[in-house]
Amino acid sequence: MNAALSPARTAATAARVLRQLRHDPRSIALMLLVPVLMLTLLRFVFDGNAQTFDGIGASLLGIFPLITMFLVTSIATLRERTSGTLERLLAMPLGKGDLIAGYALAFGAVAVVQSLLATGLALWVLGLDVVGSPWLLLLVALLDALLGTALGLFVSAFAASEFQAVQFMPAVIFPQLLLCGLFAPRDTMQPVLSGISDVLPMSYAVDGMTQVLTHPDMTAAFVRDAVIVAACAVLVLGLGAATLRRRTP
Amino acid sequence: MMNNSAEGAPARTPARTPARTPAAIHAHGLTVRRGTGRTPRTVLDSIAFDVPRGRITGLLGPSGCGKSTLMRAVVGTQAHVTGTLDVLGRPAGHPELRSRVGYVTQAPSVYDDLTVRQNLDYFAAVLDPGRAAADRRSAAVARAITDVDLSSRAGALAGALSGGQRSRVSLAVALLGTPELLVLDEPTVGLDPVLRRDLWNLFHDIAATRGATILVSSQVMDEAERCHDLLLMREGRILAQDTPDALRTRTGSATVEEGFLRLVDEANAAAKTSTATTPAAGTPTTAAPPAPTTAGEQSR
Repeated sequence: MNAALSPARTAATAARVLRQLRHDPRSIALMLLVPVLMLTLLRFVFDGNAQTFDGIGASLLGIFPLITMFLVTSIATLRERTSGTLERLLAMPLGKGDLIAGYALAFGAVAVVQSLLATGLALWVLGLDVVGSPWLLLLVALLDALLGTALGLFVSAFAASEFQAVQFMPAVIFPQLLLCGLFAPRDTMQPVLSGISDVLPMSYAVDGMTQVLTHPDMTAAFVRDAVIVAACAVLVLGLGAATLRRRTP
Repeated sequence: MMNNSAEGAPARTPARTPARTPAAIHAHGLTVRRGTGRTPRTVLDSIAFDVPRGRITGLLGPSGCGKSTLMRAVVGTQAHVTGTLDVLGRPAGHPELRSRVGYVTQAPSVYDDLTVRQNLDYFAAVLDPGRAAADRRSAAVARAITDVDLSSRAGALAGALSGGQRSRVSLAVALLGTPELLVLDEPTVGLDPVLRRDLWNLFHDIAATRGATILVSSQVMDEAERCHDLLLMREGRILAQDTPDALRTRTGSATVEEGFLRLVDEANAAAKTSTATTPAAGTPTTAAPPAPTTAGEQSR
């Protein structure tokens, strides 16, 4: 195991991932514009009920980066595995940590732009009514993006094809989406489900957004939520690193 | 030591220096079992061989005989390797070897959504990171692109190139950083005759002027004539290790191909008589005696 990070190699990897993206402007457009369009759509679906839009809109600001980064990372890592470039990189003096941190940095940068656009539009165009600081919204969105990157990286190890990788999205994300408190408050669910939702990271991502929505200051619950999401992301990134094997079985 | 001429190097054979310099690759009792569960397949069966330094050693044999597995073992990306396998004086897979060994997989392993130059820039940055090395890197990238004759396509996306061009990009990546050992898994497959000749000239040039050792696999027997030494493989074992000349003489054949076929036929005949006498017939490669335990035994 080569756990030591080389900043230069990590930066080179992040730059390479972004360069790959730049050759694919359609993907960039989809990543940046789909959340904006969905939020706009949502705003007019709840045209007569601004309060509902506030609740769901704030949650979605956290969920979009998670889903996008999950998809992008799982496909990108899978391509790295199937194209043989992963085998080549691991036969070179590149640490697994460099590769993972490089991906996290590159997609984190994309997530920042995505969240800035979506949050800005929601707050200042669509009239999302948030009591707390928009910077905290952005922070949660960024942590969610990191969590999405981590989950995508981990799941790609179990997908043999892009077809399977895409199918992992509903399998991993949908249960969390249903249980995260977006559709019904978590404490009103059947006790077993409520217990399950307590251990799913997206519940804390959505809860963090709700904290910002309803409290002017940073609350203890918000700090707890942010720490849990960040810790989950780091944990899953570690698991993902373990799936990058230098050796072919 | 720099030399940019990618052509005109004749297939000269350097004089053999027996046992004075240690071999680039030394294998003894090398065994690889693949697959999980109760019946792992023995892909390499207690083989022993030496690859001399500064020469081109061809690894030849029918597909599925274990060539790629052997090459992965040498670069250290193969699991379940037992026995002795030393590469450049270190156990195979040693982290220090990662910058000294260049490896080209059978399928071109490059990023299709990057240009040729961007691909090389990235791999160069992995091998030789840091801002201080930027000049050295761009020189290495320029030389690698010239080596494989892709200067006119340096700005093209790798995914937009022809198959032969893409495998040359993959080869160029392995040439970065001036490796002491190049492991090339069927680098000329699917290339036209002119390109194949040019690449073989390049291999000879690299061995002669940069002093690199090259281990190259092929299924095409006429390429065997271009190697200094040959390792002939069949079903996970080494059939013969010799120079092309010696092999032809020994088997009384006009070509290496003929000599190889003769050896295969002999081995098949021998296998038939031995399986007829052994009760546990059917899987001749797994019925081998256990690898002898040596001082340098590695178990992974």
